Amino acid sequence: MNDRKPPRGETAPHGDGKAKSPRLGREIQIRIGDKLRSMYDDIVDEGVPDRFASLLRQFDEPSSNNRE
Amino acid sequence: MALSRGMHDDILAAIPNLRAFAVSLCGNIDRADDLVQETLLKAIANIDRFQPGTNLSAWLFTILRNHFRSEFRKRRREVEDADGKYTESLTAEPSQVGSIEFAEFKRALAQLPQDQREALILVGASGFSYEEAANICDCAVGTIKSRVNRARNRLAELMDINGAADFGPDEAMRGILTGT
Repeated sequence: MNDRKPPRGETAPHGDGKAKSPRLGREIQIRIGDKLRSMYDDIVDEGVPDRFASLLRQFDEPSSNNRE
Repeated sequence: MALSRGMHDDILAAIPNLRAFAVSLCGNIDRADDLVQETLLKAIANIDRFQPGTNLSAWLFTILRNHFRSEFRKRRREVEDADGKYTESLTAEPSQVGSIEFAEFKRALAQLPQDQREALILVGASGFSYEEAANICDCAVGTIKSRVNRARNRLAELMDINGAADFGPDEAMRGILTGT
């Protein structure tokens, strides 16, 4: 569910007051979004490491005995 | 403290995304995995506080973020340091194709204040809405929007320094002159 807000050519009123042309800003913002997600997805694509899968299994509801 | 099959599966499904967020906080996959481990233990210990039907992923993200800020960071001495360990560990990650490109981007990302970087990741990469991100960060929606905008603008500035060549000096100049 990527509810990404469309990047607008925001000028930067805060900070150092530099103005950017909307067209220049938007292209860079698209690149930023792509890079960010690409970096992020690299990790997501690794899936679930064994250590977490076995951690979760330890807490499963026991089928027969009653342990805490 | 036992997990039903459903909870087990739902938590499992949330882990990849949680890991990626943890990496953006810690800057290092090993520390990130330790953070995720501690988060999962905390979540399971408090599973009765989770309201079924609400957003489990957002709940886990909230726990992770709070844990990072309150305990994990202090213990592991995670310091915001644009030029130090954080950046180094990001760029040293054995990676992916185009790692030079990523290294530059990661360096720029590391220069953002923690709040801005986090907001940007939540909205721009983790796929949360502004409202969900605001809940995770325990702040107003307007605050998140403002942080995301600042993060984007700052990254645009930082990358523009490197990317100006792509657009040519004339175009950059024109942009500056005609910009509102």
